Amino acid sequence: MTERRPRSFYVLALVFALFLVFLYGPMISVLVLSFQGPEGGLVFPMTGFSTHWFQRLWEGGGQVEIGGALRRSFVLALVVMVLTVTISVLAGLAFRRTFRGATILLYVAIASLIVPSIVVSLGIALEFRLLDDAIKAFGTSAGIDWIQNDFVSALGPFTSGLGAHLTWTLPFGLLIMFAVFNRFDPAYEEAARDLGATPWQTFRHVTLPMIAPFLIGVAVFGFTLSWDELARSSQVMGSQNTLPMQLAAKTTTVTDPEIYALGTATTGGSVLLVLITFTLISLMQRRRAKRG
Amino acid sequence: MTQAADTTAEVRPARTSARRRGAGRAGAVLAPYLQAAPMALVFLVFFVLPLAATIVVSFWQYTQYSIEPAFTAQNYGDVFYGCLADLPSLCTTFLTYLSTLKFCLIVWLTTLVIGFTIAYFLAFHVRTLKVQVICFLLCTIPFWTSIVIRMISWIPLLGRNGLVNQALMGMGVIDTPLEGLLYSDFAVILALTHLYTLFMVVPIFNSLMRIDLSLIEAARDSGASGAQTLRHVIVPLARPGILIGSIFVVTVVMGDFLTIGIMGGQQIASVGKVIQTQMQFLQFPLAAANAVILLAAVLAGVWALLKLVDIRKEL
Repeated sequence: MTERRPRSFYVLALVFALFLVFLYGPMISVLVLSFQGPEGGLVFPMTGFSTHWFQRLWEGGGQVEIGGALRRSFVLALVVMVLTVTISVLAGLAFRRTFRGATILLYVAIASLIVPSIVVSLGIALEFRLLDDAIKAFGTSAGIDWIQNDFVSALGPFTSGLGAHLTWTLPFGLLIMFAVFNRFDPAYEEAARDLGATPWQTFRHVTLPMIAPFLIGVAVFGFTLSWDELARSSQVMGSQNTLPMQLAAKTTTVTDPEIYALGTATTGGSVLLVLITFTLISLMQRRRAKRG
Repeated sequence: MTQAADTTAEVRPARTSARRRGAGRAGAVLAPYLQAAPMALVFLVFFVLPLAATIVVSFWQYTQYSIEPAFTAQNYGDVFYGCLADLPSLCTTFLTYLSTLKFCLIVWLTTLVIGFTIAYFLAFHVRTLKVQVICFLLCTIPFWTSIVIRMISWIPLLGRNGLVNQALMGMGVIDTPLEGLLYSDFAVILALTHLYTLFMVVPIFNSLMRIDLSLIEAARDSGASGAQTLRHVIVPLARPGILIGSIFVVTVVMGDFLTIGIMGGQQIASVGKVIQTQMQFLQFPLAAANAVILLAAVLAGVWALLKLVDIRKEL
């Protein structure tokens, strides 16, 4: 393996390096500019080095008001994460056996990735609008007071919004589960069964620990896909906003580096999350290796 | 029976083996259905029914404040209003689709060329798995950032007083700052390429890794040049990955309204933006008709991509 590298290697390595500069360059400029001095603007040069904009962001009251949206996005992403893992694992188990409708379900899952997000978002919004009309009509005809007086819409982050995010995260979750179970050796489960374990015990003590590292992967995927989701969220959150929606709305109006500070903060959070995940996975694998 | 129960008492004391066996048999048949049910339900309620609702509503009438369940094909007529009469000049709808299609093609080309090159480098020139993993991580870290932040991050570079303009003016190439860097077609293409190249790299890399290296050696031994090997051996074998990446990029760009909106300074039309605007004005049936047409266009695109590949295989 010590043969000399061909010239094409150096050319391609240069291309790869340029690609990394292309990927990271803009992000680094935002990272640097988020420490812009208090009088500085959206572009270079830096007028000083300060954490002024982070303080503004933290205290609130600046141009970027994110408190509510941040909390909502976080909780929503957590719910989406838990549901994505649970539903994907269940479906992954189902697909290990044959059942009627398996092909259709797979095609629907893939279609859910391919259909443009704006179409999915619009569809869910229309569906809930029709549902609203039906609920109101029912409330009027049945004379239910709270519907007549207080009911506005079933649209919201944790009804239609949650569903919209799941149509985005579940296909990825399912595909990952396919990859996991394709490489899974059923001999361990058969051994457990032969030793008298119930299906639940087999799952709990044999299958689950073996697929756990990948489930963490699915969880992180589910969380970040939901946390960053914007296109499918656009029509389905009702009167409330998620963090990316708030950010997108701010892009045209914000004129100071506070938005860069927010960008740095959220990126830092994501990177931290990924680091923690990889540490967890490697710890789990090391522990298992130790146990033999 | 009691004996059997005793042997399992340790693991599950409450059940007798007979019941377990009976339940097990029924359970084995039912289990996959119960396990698949939650996913099927989510897709039914939040994907299949919404698409059905979209198609139905696209044929409904509407007023300024409500939608009426009465059949009409008027919405589709409105979408294509003047399109036939005004020929050969193009109507707004055709122009919008053409513009979206243009972005689609250009971004498909840029992501494909860059994505293939990167995947090729990672698959054939990086020798150890460890370095491959590190390179991949380097590529994916930006992916964990909000796409809005990744779009905003072009402002300090491309803006009127951005780094690019400062550098060009400093070198004396230009006297006045270039205006067309940000909020232009160029900015849209740059941002889309920035956002979605990785979706090309991953599936193509996956395909390249499956290529038997002896095939490439055989080509070289038979006297094929590097370009010939690439053209006749590697690219055909990477086809599935190219296809998956292409489908992803094409469908994302076809329905895009965010990147085109933000990077185009809300001045460039796209089909997705038209739908979004009509939703804001509560013209739901009209938006639904546009969505159905967009969906048809995307499916036609995917179908064409699949055909393109199949035909090549036939030849």
